Amino acid sequence: MEQRINTPITSDKISSLKSGDYCYITGEIFVARDAAHKRMSEALDKGQSLPIEIENACIYYMGPSPAREGRPIGSAGPTTASRMDKYAPRLLDLGLKAMIGKGKRSQEVIDAIVRNKAVYFAAVGGAGALLSKCIKTSEVITYDDLGAEAIRKLYVEDFPVIVVIDSQGNNLYETAIEKYKKI
Amino acid sequence: MKNIRAKDIIPVIADMCIEANHYLSLDMKERLDKAVESEESDIGKKILCQLQENLDIADKEKIPICQDTGMAVFFVDIGQDLHITDGLLSDAINEGVRKGYQEGYLRKSVVGDPIERVNTKDNTPAVIHYNIVAGDNLKITLAPKGFGSENMSKIFMLKPADGIEGVKNSILTAVREAGPNACPPMVVGVGIGGTFEKSALMAKEALTRNLNERSSIQWVKNLEEEMLEKINLLGIGPGGLGGTTTALAVNINTYATHIAGLPVAVNICCHVNRHVTRIM
Repeated sequence: MEQRINTPITSDKISSLKSGDYCYITGEIFVARDAAHKRMSEALDKGQSLPIEIENACIYYMGPSPAREGRPIGSAGPTTASRMDKYAPRLLDLGLKAMIGKGKRSQEVIDAIVRNKAVYFAAVGGAGALLSKCIKTSEVITYDDLGAEAIRKLYVEDFPVIVVIDSQGNNLYETAIEKYKKI
Repeated sequence: MKNIRAKDIIPVIADMCIEANHYLSLDMKERLDKAVESEESDIGKKILCQLQENLDIADKEKIPICQDTGMAVFFVDIGQDLHITDGLLSDAINEGVRKGYQEGYLRKSVVGDPIERVNTKDNTPAVIHYNIVAGDNLKITLAPKGFGSENMSKIFMLKPADGIEGVKNSILTAVREAGPNACPPMVVGVGIGGTFEKSALMAKEALTRNLNERSSIQWVKNLEEEMLEKINLLGIGPGGLGGTTTALAVNINTYATHIAGLPVAVNICCHVNRHVTRIM
């Protein structure tokens, strides 16, 4: 079914999301990918606090192309989420509620999603121009030396995603292909 | 002997970088159009339509098709009667990449060292493959390669006894494991034969071949057609969310090999299979 979601996403809303639901997200989301995750993990190792409010947050795994004048952002599609699998369970245990990316997740991440009643969404990979139209503002909030890998805060409107792994651990990548798998 | 000045190559390369990241070739668009018609899954069809819309927006609003504007991979055919003057060809190509990625608002995705990982901030160095050919032309093909699909590529060093069935299994294994990570519908480039590195290079170059052009070798042509059909029976579908369009084409290149070996390289490209060619 189709669902509209506002961030921060409430626990009730997350429980209502089912693997395969087509959703439109509106509100603030964070952007972080490989290098930012490594740095956040190192900060936690040193006993430091995270540079973002992780409680109830939604992180979009993405590294945009540069914005042309007068635009908030360049091309802005999802990157492969599995590269963040090493870091995601720890962030989920600290309160991260939603991740947007593309591609498979490890069993450790799926377990952490279920344990923390969180959700993993996929956006359409390679549709960076289309997705950029749903991003209304973009601000680098920290790690700006990382360039395209800096942590950003976006305001998105009706950003289209699909629930891949829901809070019960149902995984659309496993179930959806069965219907069309002939060999 | 024809002369080309190195500095005259720079703006050509810069233009190629910008063009490749904003427009796909006609054969790619035609395959996507056909896939929209034939896709059996509703969500798959919806995703394919979004990909078409994405191409329109990229074209009209000058936003790169994908934010991963790739590492710049070049295949350069240099006529042996051609002379490049006033500088090194490799320097000119890298300068063109620097200019194109800056002026075209393309993402700088290259780190200078694989372990230290500091971004070079201008998307250089490029990966350049040179080939000396007859004549006095300079033919340059650029294929910016994103790493979502590059990371899912594989090399299999098969035994001669594995034969054609081993080759088929290798291709299907690579595609199955790539699944949603490689942003399907994919284009699958395959290199069979040669040595370890030759097979990989053939697989990469196969991705730059027009999708409507089949191999001139009969068994290879048959294999290209059979593998496309089989890959589309895997069920992966657009975005990996199930469907009948997992690949748009399979392009296979082959070469002589050693009596003891059967290398098979599978280089997977996402649906943003970008490449442009210029002849100077």
